[in-house]
Amino acid sequence: MYVAVKGGERAIDNAHRLLAHHRRGDPAVPEVAPAQIREQLTLSVDRVMTEGSLYDRDLAALAIKQARGDLVEAAFLVRAFRTTLPRFGATEPIDTGAMQVARRVSATFKDIPGGQVLGPTFDYTHRLIDFLLEAGGEPPEPARAAADETAMPRVTDLLGADDLIERNPPGDPDAPVPDLTREPLDLPAGRDLRLQNLARGDEGFLLALGYSTQRGFGRSHPFAGEIRLGEVEVELFSEDLGFAVPLGDITVTECQMVNQFKGSATEPPRLTRGYGLAFGHCERKTMGMALVDRALRAEELGEEVKAPAQDEEFVLMHSDNVQATGFVEHLKLPHYVDFQAELGLIRQMRREIAERQAAADVVLKEAAE
Amino acid sequence: MTSHATASGYNFAYLDEQTKRMIRRAILKAIAIPGYQVPFASREMPMPYGWGTGGVQVTAAILGPDDRLKVIDQGADDTTNAVSIRKFFEKTAGVATTTHTAEATVIQTRHRIPEKTLSADQVLVYQVPIPEPLRFLEPRETETRVMHALEDYGLMHVKLYEDIAKHGHIATTYAYPVKVEDRYVMDPSPTPKFDNPKMNDCAALQLFGAGREKRIYALPPHTKVVSLDFEDHPFEPTKFDHACGLCGATHTYLDEVITDDAGGRMFVCSDTDHCEERRADGHRGALLGEAPAAIAGAAE
Repeated sequence: MYVAVKGGERAIDNAHRLLAHHRRGDPAVPEVAPAQIREQLTLSVDRVMTEGSLYDRDLAALAIKQARGDLVEAAFLVRAFRTTLPRFGATEPIDTGAMQVARRVSATFKDIPGGQVLGPTFDYTHRLIDFLLEAGGEPPEPARAAADETAMPRVTDLLGADDLIERNPPGDPDAPVPDLTREPLDLPAGRDLRLQNLARGDEGFLLALGYSTQRGFGRSHPFAGEIRLGEVEVELFSEDLGFAVPLGDITVTECQMVNQFKGSATEPPRLTRGYGLAFGHCERKTMGMALVDRALRAEELGEEVKAPAQDEEFVLMHSDNVQATGFVEHLKLPHYVDFQAELGLIRQMRREIAERQAAADVVLKEAAE
Repeated sequence: MTSHATASGYNFAYLDEQTKRMIRRAILKAIAIPGYQVPFASREMPMPYGWGTGGVQVTAAILGPDDRLKVIDQGADDTTNAVSIRKFFEKTAGVATTTHTAEATVIQTRHRIPEKTLSADQVLVYQVPIPEPLRFLEPRETETRVMHALEDYGLMHVKLYEDIAKHGHIATTYAYPVKVEDRYVMDPSPTPKFDNPKMNDCAALQLFGAGREKRIYALPPHTKVVSLDFEDHPFEPTKFDHACGLCGATHTYLDEVITDDAGGRMFVCSDTDHCEERRADGHRGALLGEAPAAIAGAAE
C-alpha cells in the first residue's frame, strides 16, 4: 500500500532504487552519455534550457538523462538547480539584429536583404521513418559556402523604416528589470513580465493557445514576419570597468509576428507586433509565444478581450508546466482525511433522505388504509 | 546561523539567507495582519509544486539548529510525503526530528491539526494548495483581492446558504472557511472542518505557506478564528459514529480503512502519534488484537 502507515521510508527508498534501475534499462545496451544527449538530442536540450530558464547545455542534457527523457521533469530539475544560483545582475539587451544567423526565414517577403536562409529544418522533409538511421553511419558533409558579409536586418526593422509597423517603445536603460523568479507575479503585468512568463511557459500550452487564436478565438491576422536562429553575444555592464563586457555567445530563436494593423482618425494605420524568443532552436515555441504575446496585447490595442489567449490572468497563471505538473500530480498524494469528511457528509445526507422517504411511505400507507 | 552549512553543500535548511530573510519579512507581515494573504517571492524547490513547497519554505525560513521538527501528512508521520519532507530537512538542516507532537518545536502539516493541544513554544506550519477562500467562487485573483480589501464576503455567504437550500447542510467538509479576528475570511488549508475549532485561541503560532500561489498568511497565538455559519445553521464539526478501533478514542478524527473486499472496514485515529500514545497509556480499542500490522503498526 502506498500510504504505508508504517514502513513508508523504506518503500520510498526502494521506489527510488527501482527508478534508477529502470532508468538504466537493459544493461546489455550501452548506457547513453549526457554528451550524446547534448549533441544528438539537441532540440530536447533546447526545450529544457528554455523552460528551465537556464542556458547550460550540459546541465540540460544531464537532466534529460536523469528524467528518463521526460522533458517537463528535466526542466523542473534545471529550475530547482537554477534557483540556488547567485544572481550577479541583468545583462545588456541582446541584439538579435547583429545575430550570427544560422537560419532565417520571412513569410512576408519573397526576398529580403541577406536572403532567406533555410538552415537546419524539418520543414520540407517528408515525414517518412528513415530506417537507415537505425543502422547508423556518417551523414554526408553539409554543403558549404563562403561566409556572406551581407547584413541581415530584421524584417520588422525594414517595415519600421517605412513607418508601416508600430514603433517599439524606446528602452529605458535605467528601468529596473523585473524578475518573476524573484518577485511574485503581480497582475496586471507589464509586457516585459508577460514575455518573461511566456518565455519559460510550456511549449504545448503556448502552441495550443496560439493555435486557438488562428482558429478565431482572439484572431490577430498574423504573418510570420521573420524567424531567425543563431548566435548572439551576451554582455554585462561592469560597474568597475564602466563598460559592458562580453560574457559569451548563446544561441537563440526569435520570432516576430506581424499582425493586424491599427490606426485611428489621427494616426495612420500601422501593423502590430507579436514577439517570441527562446534559448536554442525552439521554433514552434517562439511562434506560439509570439501569437500569444500579440493576443495578450488586446486591451492595450483597444480590442475586445473575449478569448482565452487574450486573458492575461488565465494565460500567465497557467503557462508554467513545472507549476502545473506539480499541482495536477499532487492529486496522487494521499487525500484520505478530506475524502473521509466528504464520505461522512454523503452518508449522512443519504441517511436523512432515506429517513424522510420512510416517513413519507408511512404517511402514504396510513392514508391508503 | 549563516556559517552553518551542511554536508550536502547547500546552506542550512537549503534556502540561502537572503531568501530566508525575504520569507521572514512576509511572515512578519502576515503575523501583523492575521488572515491576510501576503504575496512572497516563492522559490522553486527541489520538490514539486503542490507537494508542500510553501510549507517547506516557511519551515526552512524559521528553522534553527536547535529545533525539533515533526512532519505529518493526513495526521500521520509515516505517509510518503511526510517522510520525504522530514528527510529533506534531516539532510539539509541536520535538525533533530520527532514523531511526538509534544516534543516538536516546529510541526509541518498537510491536511490535519494534531489532536494534542499545542503550546506557546510550538509553531504549526500548514502546506496550502489554494490559499484563496474565494477562489472557487471567483477565479480571478485581481477580483478576490479587491473583495478582501472591501471585506466583501457576500458571495461566500450566498454559497453557504445555497448549500443549505440544496442539501440541507453546508456541504463543505474540509477547507471550511473561517473569519479571523472579525476581519479576513481565510482558508484553513484543506484540513477537515473537524479541526477548525483547534485554530481558535491556539497558543501556538500558526503559519500557512502556499508555494505555487506565492502566498503566506498567519494566525498569531490566541487569535480569534470563527468558522462561518448562520444562526439557524450553526457550525458543527464532523462527528463519528465509531470509536477508534485501536485506541478506543471517541474524540479524535478517524480514517476509514477498508480491510477486505466483503465490506469489512475499521475506523482508526488519523493522528497516528496520538493513537500510539493512547495505546501506550493502556487504552485499547475493540480491534486492537486483530488489526493488520500495516494499520496497527509494528509491535512496539
